[in-house]
Amino acid sequence: MYQFLFNLSGSEIIATIFTAAVILVFILLFVLFAVWFERKVSAHMQDRLGPMRVGWHGVLQTIADFVKMLQKEDIIATEADRKLYTIAPVLVFTGSFAAYAAIPFSSKLLGSEVEVGIFYLLAVSSFVVAGILMAGWSSNNKYSLLGAMRSAAQIVSYEIPTALVVLSIVMLTGTLSLEKISQLQTAYFWNWNIFGGPEFSLAKFLLIPFMFVGFLIIYISTLAEVNRTPFDIPEAESELVAGYFTEYCGMKWAMFMLSEYANMFAVSAIVTILFFGGYQSPFGYLGNSIGAEWLVPFEQAFWFIAKGIFFVFVQMWLRWTLPRLRVDQLMTVCWKYLIPYAFLNLIIVGFISLL
Amino acid sequence: MDRISQIYNDEKLLKKLYDDPNIAIEDALENEMVINMGPQHPATHGVLRLVLRLDGETVMNIVPELGYLHRGYEKMAENMSYIEYIPHTDRLDYTGTMCNNVAYVLAVEKLAGIEAPKRAQYIRMIVSELSRIAAHLVAIGTFAMDVGAVTMVMWTFREREKINNIFDRLAGARFTTSYTRIGGVASDIDSETIAMTQQFLEELGLALVEMDKLVLSNRIFIERLEEIGILPKEDAIALGVTGPNLRASGVEYDVRRAKPYLYYNEIDFRIPTFTEGDCLARYFQRGDEVKESAKILKQCLDKMPQGEVIANDPKRVLSYKTEIYSKMEELIHDFMIINQGINPPVGDTYFSVENPKGELGFYIVSNGTGNPWKLKINSPSFCNLQAISQICKGAMVSDVVAIIGSLDPVMGEADK
Repeated sequence: MYQFLFNLSGSEIIATIFTAAVILVFILLFVLFAVWFERKVSAHMQDRLGPMRVGWHGVLQTIADFVKMLQKEDIIATEADRKLYTIAPVLVFTGSFAAYAAIPFSSKLLGSEVEVGIFYLLAVSSFVVAGILMAGWSSNNKYSLLGAMRSAAQIVSYEIPTALVVLSIVMLTGTLSLEKISQLQTAYFWNWNIFGGPEFSLAKFLLIPFMFVGFLIIYISTLAEVNRTPFDIPEAESELVAGYFTEYCGMKWAMFMLSEYANMFAVSAIVTILFFGGYQSPFGYLGNSIGAEWLVPFEQAFWFIAKGIFFVFVQMWLRWTLPRLRVDQLMTVCWKYLIPYAFLNLIIVGFISLL
Repeated sequence: MDRISQIYNDEKLLKKLYDDPNIAIEDALENEMVINMGPQHPATHGVLRLVLRLDGETVMNIVPELGYLHRGYEKMAENMSYIEYIPHTDRLDYTGTMCNNVAYVLAVEKLAGIEAPKRAQYIRMIVSELSRIAAHLVAIGTFAMDVGAVTMVMWTFREREKINNIFDRLAGARFTTSYTRIGGVASDIDSETIAMTQQFLEELGLALVEMDKLVLSNRIFIERLEEIGILPKEDAIALGVTGPNLRASGVEYDVRRAKPYLYYNEIDFRIPTFTEGDCLARYFQRGDEVKESAKILKQCLDKMPQGEVIANDPKRVLSYKTEIYSKMEELIHDFMIINQGINPPVGDTYFSVENPKGELGFYIVSNGTGNPWKLKINSPSFCNLQAISQICKGAMVSDVVAIIGSLDPVMGEADK
């Protein structure tokens, strides 16, 4: 994408801006969809209909809400730290937006081909913690502060199992580039990393159970990283009102929601790339078989987004089914279960890939 | 003091801290935070206010503050006739309105010496048990919601909706029913309402199984509630906790069995009890009581006799409107009752019933006029809230929310 635009315009700046704009538009569209989708999923799980008035089955509800949000008065409490309070939502969104730069939507639609893509993703996604802490501190509200502290502890802890699982994939594939990890899992779905990778050998079959364990660990810890139920204690509605964004309203609040939903897709994308073949189709491309090569990247983008949305759906499904953990239990899950298992998994995967 | 100046060696900051009336430096050094939960808080079930002293997330001390929903119902009763007060009993425990109606009317009947017909008594039992199921469903649902399982509350409200529809047919109102009258009930129960009740009972069994599947097969839910907010048997008795919370601590006390009223002595039912006394036991307790109530309801529907639903005592009990409009005697009595009241004999009485939240009692003192001279409400939610400061100590903020949910106070009743 970037390369194509660069060739077309001959200017780095224009190419960068356009690529960023395409991704931003994708995020906004996705969030518009995801908010509506979440409300529909929750409604149907609870014997309700959800939004029905605005547009067909309420599809335009999010737009109506967005317009309402734009009209809201921007209230800043007198005792709040104005500067940090204003920067915080922007910073949080920057963290999740920056993560999209390295995510390969298809072999052509890729913001920036970073060689250390997965490393970059892990680094940038922890940027969000700073924003959350800022929001909690600057609001000058005890509930916000409690939420922010919980969130910081949680995100920092859960990055460790995530990183350990990522390491096992890196050992298997021998690359940090998200693009290359996706490319390796080409052709049919049994070449995906969850099924032991593309190489057909004994190691592939030995790897399958450990890859499933790895997938479960990373999925659980990414749930915690995006503060979704059962790990939504930073914004635990019934305890902390709304956690670190209790004091926010209007567009600033909308920025937090935007980054939350953007993060949901980003972590789903990571899981998809690492374990479920990234943008690769599970059974070949229509474009290749009818001889229309230009169709392939679009198909890839379709598969990538479809897989991502499926994992987002699972996140929503969990949210409306599970209760919420307590703070100490949350830490127990991470430090006593996930990290030792992730370590063990890492060692075993290492040995198997030596075979 | 030295320690303080060591930490705050910046003089300006220190002076500012000393001058600030809102900050107690000793508290700041102890790493404690005073946090105000409620009266506007999603988890405090109305307008309960709790002041928590936290060390990190652990609760060091907790002080409940009541009275935000105080409407002076006890005082208001003194300026109302006995009949006028019935609608106000709806507003006490607004999740189980019918039980309150029945309790008040039974107290007045005991005071005035009126006996309602047997069919009316059976209808009162039916509506009480329906109301108990509704209240427990709300309790279970909101409890699960406090712990984070939001779907549960929708499912329990779906079942409760059916009860509201039954009340709508029966009393003409879904929520604030005001159904009972002194000497009987407002209207007879017809065959369609009975059919609706039977159908509801059939569906309730399935729904309860479904709800249990949602939360009880869930390890997170169990771990959040097990051994949290333990209320030992002795403490429960000493603190005056009543109702399901008392029985969950292992005390087999139910007014329906201890001092049978209505026709509960003709009904075969079990009093479920648990010995653990923790939040999970209180959850199971309510689930089991719903099942028992369903059993009572089935028996009541079978045993209900035919006959009048309001006592034939024109001097003290209001007649049907049709009779008032067509007969002279009834018109005169209606006029007298409405204007002067039923004038029970001088004396006092206390009558208590088993409400969804516990033992609800009315103490009425009469001086022979149409208005009660004094009416005192013994409200179970108020009694249950006594326990909160004891069992929350040492818990975490998340547990406080679960404990409030498990005690299930209704502030309309606690504040009166």
